Amino acid sequence: MSEEKSDLIDVQINGEWHSFPKGTRMIEACRLAGFEVPHYCYHPKLTSPGNCRMCLVEMGMPPRPRPGEDPPEPDEDGHVPISWIPRPAIACANTIAPNMGIRTESEMTEECREGVMELLLANHPLDCPICDQAGECSLQEFSVEHGNGQSRFREQKVKKPKNVDIGPRIRLDDERCIMCSRCIRFMDEIADDPVLGFTDRGSHTTLTVHPGHELSNNYSLNTADICPVGALTSNDFRFQMRVWFMKETHTIDTNCATGCNVTVFSREDKIYRVIPRRNDDVNSDWMPDSHRLNIHWIDSEARLTDPLIRDEDGKNHRVANWAEALQRSAEALRDFDGGEIAVIASARMTNEELLITKRLVKQLNAGHVDVVPRVGEPDGYLISADRNPNTNGAKLVLGVEDPGASLDQIKDGIAQGRIKALICLQENLVDDAGFSAENLGKLDFLLTSYPLANPTAEAADIVLPGACWAEKSGTMINGTGRLQRLNKCIDGPGQTRESWEIVRDLIQALGGGNGIYSATELFAQLGDEVSEFEGITFGQIGDLGIPLIETDETIPLLEREAERKAQGLIVG
Amino acid sequence: MSDLKYIAGKEPHPRERRMIFKNVDREGWDQSIDTYEKDGGYEMLKKALKMEPGDITSEVKAGGLRGRGGAGFPTGVKWGFLPPNNEKPVYLICNADESEPGTFKDRYIIHQDPHQLIEGMVISCFAVNAKLAYIYIREEFPEGAAILEKAIEEAHAKGYLGKDILGTGFDLEIYVHRGAGAYICGEETGLIESLEGKRPYPRIKPPYFPAAMGLYLCPTIVNNVETLCHVKHIIELGGEEWAKIGKPNNTGTRLLCVSGDVQKPGYYEVEVGSLTMGELINDVCGGLKEGRKLLAVIPGGSSAKVLRGDETYQVGDDELTIWDIPMDFDTLAACGSMAGSGGVIVIDDSRSISWVLNNINAFYAHESCGQCTPCREGSLWMKKITDRVVAGKASPQDIDTLYGVAKNIDGRTICAFGEACSWPTESFVEKFKDELVADTKPELSDDILNPESELAAAGLG
Ligand SMILES: Cc1cc2nc3c(=O)[nH]c(=O)nc-3n(C[C@H](O)[C@H](O)[C@H](O)COP(=O)(O)O)c2cc1C
Ligand code: SF4
Ligand code: SF4
Ligand code: FES
Repeated sequence: MSEEKSDLIDVQINGEWHSFPKGTRMIEACRLAGFEVPHYCYHPKLTSPGNCRMCLVEMGMPPRPRPGEDPPEPDEDGHVPISWIPRPAIACANTIAPNMGIRTESEMTEECREGVMELLLANHPLDCPICDQAGECSLQEFSVEHGNGQSRFREQKVKKPKNVDIGPRIRLDDERCIMCSRCIRFMDEIADDPVLGFTDRGSHTTLTVHPGHELSNNYSLNTADICPVGALTSNDFRFQMRVWFMKETHTIDTNCATGCNVTVFSREDKIYRVIPRRNDDVNSDWMPDSHRLNIHWIDSEARLTDPLIRDEDGKNHRVANWAEALQRSAEALRDFDGGEIAVIASARMTNEELLITKRLVKQLNAGHVDVVPRVGEPDGYLISADRNPNTNGAKLVLGVEDPGASLDQIKDGIAQGRIKALICLQENLVDDAGFSAENLGKLDFLLTSYPLANPTAEAADIVLPGACWAEKSGTMINGTGRLQRLNKCIDGPGQTRESWEIVRDLIQALGGGNGIYSATELFAQLGDEVSEFEGITFGQIGDLGIPLIETDETIPLLEREAERKAQGLIVG
Repeated sequence: MSDLKYIAGKEPHPRERRMIFKNVDREGWDQSIDTYEKDGGYEMLKKALKMEPGDITSEVKAGGLRGRGGAGFPTGVKWGFLPPNNEKPVYLICNADESEPGTFKDRYIIHQDPHQLIEGMVISCFAVNAKLAYIYIREEFPEGAAILEKAIEEAHAKGYLGKDILGTGFDLEIYVHRGAGAYICGEETGLIESLEGKRPYPRIKPPYFPAAMGLYLCPTIVNNVETLCHVKHIIELGGEEWAKIGKPNNTGTRLLCVSGDVQKPGYYEVEVGSLTMGELINDVCGGLKEGRKLLAVIPGGSSAKVLRGDETYQVGDDELTIWDIPMDFDTLAACGSMAGSGGVIVIDDSRSISWVLNNINAFYAHESCGQCTPCREGSLWMKKITDRVVAGKASPQDIDTLYGVAKNIDGRTICAFGEACSWPTESFVEKFKDELVADTKPELSDDILNPESELAAAGLG
């Protein structure tokens, strides 16, 4: 970033001078200078009502000379002494001004924080031992840092509704609410569904849903994420697991082409929750409920946990080990000409998996290759019409130009007996690609790998248990052309394997050695085969991804965010 | 002046100077436009419309008019804050929410002399180039709202409102908007939110100074009813002449609303600073009640800091007793209080100080909008403490806590309600600590009245 010199403003923070772009909020300037200002209501993606008063700081401006008085002499850097204002200012909504002084650690600032903490806790139920937010509660955190440890509050506390059912996925405890209005602003400004509001006034102010409405929007769970306390909690997650017991993995959502950045919380190979992780080029700070809650099948009974081979009697499947299953597959596949083989892969696979799939296609000289498209209505926020996470990868790496275009040909080929063998990777052809069991029954050989039992597996000769998105690592290219990293959060159940491993072993069983031991190695080889990847290292992609290719897809929610930012309504 | 006749028993006191209240309680007077016109009504509008708008603002500045809504901010300076190259519509809002306890002046203007307000508003709108104005009237004044509606209709019919006013090309509509029944609707940015149809949550300043980003984020002037009426008289006399009324920097007349323990409570229009507190209480209001002593005065509405009856005040080089304090903006500020909204509340020695403070605290706890933490939580906390003081269930330490809570509100809130609710407590504790402590019991020191804090005190918190 190269800022014009004139657009930079000098401010003094805790005695040191810094320069920041004009329009920077005081709280952001302090953060950039290394001083976190505690806050509750402020959220960079929402408007700033300045209501919690936690961010009050001591502030000063250049002295204003009285009539007849000379203005102060600037020092060699052009700074004049600061005249400190006896009234504290909120750092969240105010922008910096030339020669402004900010003290985040002064006696006045500390007194303000202590005072606000004491007042916030006055009517708080102090029920941390039974509160689900414990461990990630800003009230707890800041009261340890800035509270005075003892309350002078002796009165009866204000009683408010508890355990209020305000919608299908969110529960409200009004006694814990600190009335920061973040949830209200989110529903109004981001979700365009302003169903939340306050009723009553003063200390009796109560958060509620408007009469006749409920908080049922597909983005409702974001309110629980940004609620700084345990007032809004997720029905799905509450009381399931204390946050400090869980492992956090940064990965991406694979429910659509947007690829929302997420943090997955897991313990002992079980995922307890998924929350959005900030990425200003992808999902801002948000994600849809339907996507984050789409996790419960991962540890369900329906998971395939072992390789299965169709019994000699041709009817049932029996459990096999990997070696046997792969051996049997290789033997069967050798009997076919390339033209008789089709490979249907998935745009849910990573670039690395797609790369090695491409090698399998080559090895088999398979005549037909495609992936299964998934299309739905875009929601105008984050959910893309493309419900596959890596369509761009399938095009670029696997070389499928028009996803889904040859599915009908493959069906016909099978029906007419031209196609005799089918390898189906990470797809369920019957439920998701319009294949009939009858059609598949005509095949001489069907191999499928998938995380869940399904009708395609039912028809298959070989069924391989595949890892799901949370159980593997790799990269994907989202709808806007951004290369992002998928990171393994948990181990898959039983004998499940990642697709790149399955495909590698199949290639090996077919006689093609390759000596690949990890998805990262495959990533390194992508650069050799796909020019767009040339020179990119895995580390470079980082937690937030990098732009890889140009597409014409945009993310509507981000467009609106940019507008609000341009208007100065939000920091962004 | 002498030919003015007032209803028997309601004659102005000789020390009064009636300008704004000239027609209040006047014999033979009614609210109709005919009556108003016969008395010279709307002549000042005609005069003003021949002036340059900027010159009107200059006259108001020259007059030194200070807002009568509470803060005493110079009106001409406020008008001057309108952005010079503005291209958005400008709005003018008349603040008729009159809800500060102890204040009852605007309602008489509205009820008895509505056209004076309208004339003042049209002149002011012309000055600031507002083509749309609102009168935001307190919900509890239904009759006032009806009277204003009728007056607006009459003014319309006569061409004082609407399109092309008196052929000058100036257009203006005034609408009456009934308030939302809360004290905070009188705070100018809360009022604006309310007018926009929302909860009256005051806005943060900066950036939402009404003159720059007010109603619908357009430049907006908010003035009190009385303030806008004064504009008419400034046009009549000229700013310089008008400024000769009262004292320098404390110009004009102002309406004082005296309530509490005096013989003749009521409204009195006086030249600012022309009377001392003693003259106001003893001469104009007929003195204290029989055999009573002055305990305290709250001089500018319930949010003003209390003055102790037996205290002396250092003002410049002078040492003043409460009786000697001239009732002007600057002197009252120098005494550590304020002229505020003009509501003078007199408290004699028959009153319990704890009770008085508790009554004030109850009001503010009830009226806090609840938006910002210090005021929301602090106002009710202070009320609960004084509830216990009044009930004999408090300890001396509670008084210190009470003071500490007030200090934690003062200066740290979104709007001036924070000061409005904390200043009474601060000043009562500073000036009447012994009286408050006398109502407490040392043996109650460790009483905790909520189970949550008991747990916390036991070491869980
Ligand atoms: C809590 C609060 C309540 C207020 N209530 C009123 C009111 O009822 N009427 C009024 O004129 N001003 C009221 N004000 C003052 C207004 O905010 C504003 O300053 C005033 O209307 C400006 O008019 P003026 O400049 O003519 O005084 C109130 C201020 C606060 C902080
Ligand atoms: S529920 Fe949470 S986010 Fe909403 S206002 Fe209360 S504390 Fe803030
Ligand atoms: S100071 Fe009180 S009245 Fe004003 S915004 Fe804050 S809570 Fe509302
Ligand atoms: S963060 Fe809440 S007032 Fe600034």
